[in-house]
Amino acid sequence: MKTQIDPNKYEKVFEKTDGLKNVKTHYCPGCGHGVVHRITMEIVKELDIQHKTIGIAPVGCSVFAYYYMNVDMQQAAHGRACAVATGIKRMLPDHYVFTYQGDGDLAAIGTAETIHACSRGENITIIFINNAIYGMTGGQMAPTTILGQKSSTSPEGRNPQRDGMPINMSEIVALLPGTVYVERVAVNKPGRVRKAKKAILKGFKAQALKKGTSFIEVVSNCNTNWKMTPVEANKWIDDVLLKQYPLGVFKDETGL
Amino acid sequence: MGEKLLMKGNYALAEAAIRAGCEGYFAYPITPQSEVGEYMSVHMPENGRVFLQAESEVAAINMLYGAAGAGFKVMTSSSSPGISLMTEGISYIAGAELPCVIVNVNRGGPGLGTIQPSQGDYFQSTKGGGHGDYRLIVLAPSSVQEIADLTYLAFDLAWKYRNPALILMDGALGQMMEKVEFKPYNEPERDISWATRGKTPDRDTNFITSLWIKPEEMEQVNLRLQAKYKEIEKNEVRYDAYNIEDAELIIVAFGLSARIASKSMNLLREKGYKVGLIKPITLWPYPYKILEKLANNERVKGFFVTELNSGQMVEDVKLGVNGRKPVGFYGRMGGMIYSPEEIVENIIPFCEEIGLKA
Ligand SMILES: Cc1ncc(C[n+]2csc(CCOP(=O)(O)OP(=O)(O)O)c2C)c(N)n1
Repeated sequence: MKTQIDPNKYEKVFEKTDGLKNVKTHYCPGCGHGVVHRITMEIVKELDIQHKTIGIAPVGCSVFAYYYMNVDMQQAAHGRACAVATGIKRMLPDHYVFTYQGDGDLAAIGTAETIHACSRGENITIIFINNAIYGMTGGQMAPTTILGQKSSTSPEGRNPQRDGMPINMSEIVALLPGTVYVERVAVNKPGRVRKAKKAILKGFKAQALKKGTSFIEVVSNCNTNWKMTPVEANKWIDDVLLKQYPLGVFKDETGL
Repeated sequence: MGEKLLMKGNYALAEAAIRAGCEGYFAYPITPQSEVGEYMSVHMPENGRVFLQAESEVAAINMLYGAAGAGFKVMTSSSSPGISLMTEGISYIAGAELPCVIVNVNRGGPGLGTIQPSQGDYFQSTKGGGHGDYRLIVLAPSSVQEIADLTYLAFDLAWKYRNPALILMDGALGQMMEKVEFKPYNEPERDISWATRGKTPDRDTNFITSLWIKPEEMEQVNLRLQAKYKEIEKNEVRYDAYNIEDAELIIVAFGLSARIASKSMNLLREKGYKVGLIKPITLWPYPYKILEKLANNERVKGFFVTELNSGQMVEDVKLGVNGRKPVGFYGRMGGMIYSPEEIVENIIPFCEEIGLKA
């Protein structure tokens, strides 16, 4: 016998946004990419800007974002998302343009494009997923890998003498006069996900002000390459990772 | 119409791009083509278009990718080392089938080389340059007038085939002042239904990508590209032929070299040699057929290639000639230019070698 559910007896607490396509993602269970995809696309729907939003997918685990996000998108070469976004935004100044990039993409191979887009104050939103590792290529050291953190190319743990120090991008781009809003958030707890959504929302709203670049760093996880369970990974973020990457607003000149 | 202006090649290029409706220009300065960017920085905004000086050629070509992917008519220009930096992006643009115009004002290499004119980027332009099985439509002007005309054509071919088009010229052409007449530009109809301009309710999302992770799909994309390239080869070959009607020796030269070689041709004719000249205008697709036809002609005894490199185009001439007739070569490298007389001095021994008399 089929159970009949009476919708009147229940309060609807969640509905999948149609800002996302009806497809399964390839992300590992527990990965933060799915959460950030969802909140970003919820925002696009809530702001009613789906018809004038263009996203840039990076090279990295989120390379296929254009199969999941229900907006027009371009896939950029590794590290070049901010340049691609610049090209689009300059031609379509009243559209909403965002990049979605990992830490290898944004903070290693694409550092110049990131810094200069922020320095010029491109009116784009940069969503920066910092999972402290190269996910897609199988867990190599990233520029954001913290000291002592093991990766497949720092098997003994990141050693500052050999591997250098981790890079804190939010702190760096907040120094640039071109940025209008810089915040670091995390998605390892429900409350934090809500805060992350607020931050990305502000980032999108900032585009309409045309006052500069909005940069939201999302500390996320890679339980697969960290070789942890999702629960352990989310705990490790709190216990260890956030010490290197403190959450907070580094700059807000939006007036929003 | 009819107005003749005296203009530097680099300025004529920029002006022609604006007249051809170029909506966005993204580039990084480099000699010997910085005048293009300087001209664009003033005249693009004047015409309500976008000018942006990028932080590098890597950024410039990716800005071009973004703007072209949004369905705009866009151009970048650079010189050899800058084009090398762009090649990853060019491969992406070719793979994603985006229309755009790229200009290479070729200078002497390899490495940082020299700022003097060279044709050393022939292989890079015509045989790929970046990774994967792709082709650029390559146009080679040999005068300021041709720079203007071929700039119009570059935009039109890029859009007709949704393929990057490259204008390959050199510093001498860029710096040279000549008369130029800008013909009225007729904008062909442009389809941008594929572009990322924002998803409307009546359609699924548009996305621009060169990534097809399943090899079965990637092969299909390659097959489609190759079919397109075949179509371009069929329709778009362009060259100029001079004095081939009675020629016994055919000089083959492009761009600046073709200008110099046409003088050599006249000098040789004065000496009684029956010399003709083939000037490829499209370096890809290459005019193999006319070379094949001439090679099959009994009257023609040989071919002589002259170019400002080590003989890169000789390979294409030999492909056209296909062993039927001897092919000679004379070149200069590293930014050095030959005189018409110097070419003559090198052609005469070749004529003797192949038994061709005045
Ligand atoms: C030019 C170039 N170099 C290297 C690569 C290989 N590559 C693909 S993804 C990647 C790292 C991605 O890591 P990250 O940006 O941190 O994103 P994540 O996968 O962790 O989400 C690398 C090195 C590439 N595709 N292109």
